[in-house]
Amino acid sequence: MLDGRGALRRRAGLRLWLSAGWQAVVMLAALFAPWLAPHDPLAQDLMLGRLPPFWLPGTEPGYWLGTDSLGRDVLSRLIHGARVALIVALVAGTATCLIGSTLGLIAGFYRGWTDRIIGRLVDIWMAFPPVLFAILLIAVLGTGLSSVVIAIIVIDWTRFCRVVRAEALNQSQMDYVHSARVAGFSRPRTLMAEILPNVLPVIVALLTLEMGIAVIVEAILSFVNLSVSTDRPTWGGMIAEGRIAIHHVWWVLAFPLAALFLTVLSFAQLGEGLRDRFDPVLR
Amino acid sequence: MSAFLEIRGLSAVLRGTDLRLLRSVDIDVPVGTVRGLVGESGAGKSMIGRAVLGVLPRAVEIVEGEILLDGRDLLAMPPVARRRLIGARTAMIPQDPLTALNPSRRIGRQITDRLVDILGWEPARARSRTLEMLAEVRIPEPERVLRLYPHELSGGMRQRILIASAFVAEPELIVADEPTTALDVTVQKQILGLISELQARHGTALLFVTHDLGVVAKICDSLSVLYAGKVVEDTTVARFFEAPAHPYSAALLAATPRHTDPASSLKPVPPAVMHAVGAEIAAADRSWRPRHG
Repeated sequence: MLDGRGALRRRAGLRLWLSAGWQAVVMLAALFAPWLAPHDPLAQDLMLGRLPPFWLPGTEPGYWLGTDSLGRDVLSRLIHGARVALIVALVAGTATCLIGSTLGLIAGFYRGWTDRIIGRLVDIWMAFPPVLFAILLIAVLGTGLSSVVIAIIVIDWTRFCRVVRAEALNQSQMDYVHSARVAGFSRPRTLMAEILPNVLPVIVALLTLEMGIAVIVEAILSFVNLSVSTDRPTWGGMIAEGRIAIHHVWWVLAFPLAALFLTVLSFAQLGEGLRDRFDPVLR
Repeated sequence: MSAFLEIRGLSAVLRGTDLRLLRSVDIDVPVGTVRGLVGESGAGKSMIGRAVLGVLPRAVEIVEGEILLDGRDLLAMPPVARRRLIGARTAMIPQDPLTALNPSRRIGRQITDRLVDILGWEPARARSRTLEMLAEVRIPEPERVLRLYPHELSGGMRQRILIASAFVAEPELIVADEPTTALDVTVQKQILGLISELQARHGTALLFVTHDLGVVAKICDSLSVLYAGKVVEDTTVARFFEAPAHPYSAALLAATPRHTDPASSLKPVPPAVMHAVGAEIAAADRSWRPRHG
C-alpha cells in the first residue's frame, strides 16, 4: 500500500518535472528571444537558403537547425515563435479559465434560472464549429495578436463552464455545504470558501489543457494566415511555409511541429501532475 | 414548559405539482428533551429536519404551516434573519461523516470559522473552546487533530468531530439526521452513547431522525412515527414500546428483528395495515386544501 503510493508519486513527479522542464525552456526562449536567437529571424539571405540541420552534410556553421527557402534561420524563428505561443497560452488560457469557471461555478451552485440561461448559452455555443467560428471572429475583429486572444476566449469558455458547473453541482450536494449553510454562512461565502477549493484541482487541470489548446488554435490561425502579421515569426506560420516546401526542406516543417507537439503535450502533463499533487486525498 | 421547537401543520409538496410530501405535520421538541422521528425510507423524516434547518432541496416547496423556534416562526421571517437565528441557536449532526467535512480544509478552521465569523468570538476563545469540546468527545491529541485534513481520520473520529462541532457553540436545538447509519455497529454504539451523554450534560433539545427503533429506545424521550409524510403516532417512548396506539406503529415495532427469537424476526408490515394506513392518508388528502399554491 505504502509502496504503491510511493511509486505512483514518483511517476507523477517525473512527469511533472519533464513537462515543467520543457515549459521552462519555452519560457526562457520567449523571454530572452532577442539575446538567445543566433540570427535575425526575419533576415533573408538567398545565398544561405535551404541549409539542412547540423547533423546532415552541407551545413553552414551557426545555422543549427538549417534555414528555409528564403535563407532565414529556423532556430531563430523557432525561438521568436515561442513568444507568440506563450503569450497566447498565458493570456488567452487564463482569461478563458476565469470567465468559464466563474460562470460554471455560479450555474452549478445557484441552479435555477441562472443555470438555465448559462446552460442554454453553452448549448448554443457548442453547436458552432469552433475553427470556423474562430475564422469568422478574426474576419470581424481583424488580424493581430489581441484578436487571436479574444477569439480563443469567446470560443473556449464553454469548455470550462460545462466541467466546472458539473463539479460545483456535485460538491454543492455534499453535507459539508449544508453544514455551512446551517451554520449561517452566506451563499457567496459558501461558494468561495467551501466549494471553490474542492473544484480547484479540476480547474487547474483544465487550465493547463486550455493553454495547450490555445497554442494549437493560434497555430491553426497562423496556418491559414489569420493570426499575427507575417513579419512576426510563429510556429503555425512556419508550419504553413514548411508545408509548401516539404519535399526540399522538411526541417522547416518538422521543427516547429515538434515544438508545438512538445509544448501542448507538456501543458497537459503538467496539469495532471499538478492535480495529483494538489488533490488532498491523493497527497 | 413550552417547546423550543414547535412545528405546526407543516405541509410540503413537490415544487410545481400537488404531490404532497409532508401532510400537516405537528411536532414539539421541548427544551432539553429528545424527540425521535421514525418511519421507513421516503416517509419524510429527513425532510422535516432539513425544513427546520432551512436546507430543503429546491424541489421541495412548503405550502403551509409554521416552524416556531423559541416562539418565532422561521417561515415568516426574512431569509437573512432566519439564517442568523438558525445559525446562532441550532446545529446539525449529519448522516454521512465522510461528506460532512470539507475534504480540502483543515479540521480546526472548519469548526472555528463559524464561531469567529458568524458568532463573533475572539479567535483565541474559539480555539480554546474547540479544544475543550474535542476533549469532551474524547478525541486524543486535539491539538494535532485541528491541523489534520478529514481524510486523515477514520469515520468514527470524523463523526466525533461533527458532534463536537454541533455542540461547540451550545446550541439550544440540534437536528441529528441518522448520525449513526453510516458507521459500523460497534462505533454506532459509542457514538450514540456520546450524543446521549452530551445532550444530557448540555441540556440540548434534540430532534433525532432514525429508522432504528433500538436507537429510539436508547436515546429518545418521545417520538413521532411518520408514514408518507404524515405523523400517524405521537407518543412517549415508554408508551410506544408498551402499547403502540396506531396499527402501523404496532406493525413497525413487530417488524424489528430480535436476537432472542431469530426464527420469527423480519416480519414485514402486513398488507392489511399498509392498506389501512394508505386509506387513512387518502381520506385526509381529500379534505385538505392548501391555503395557496
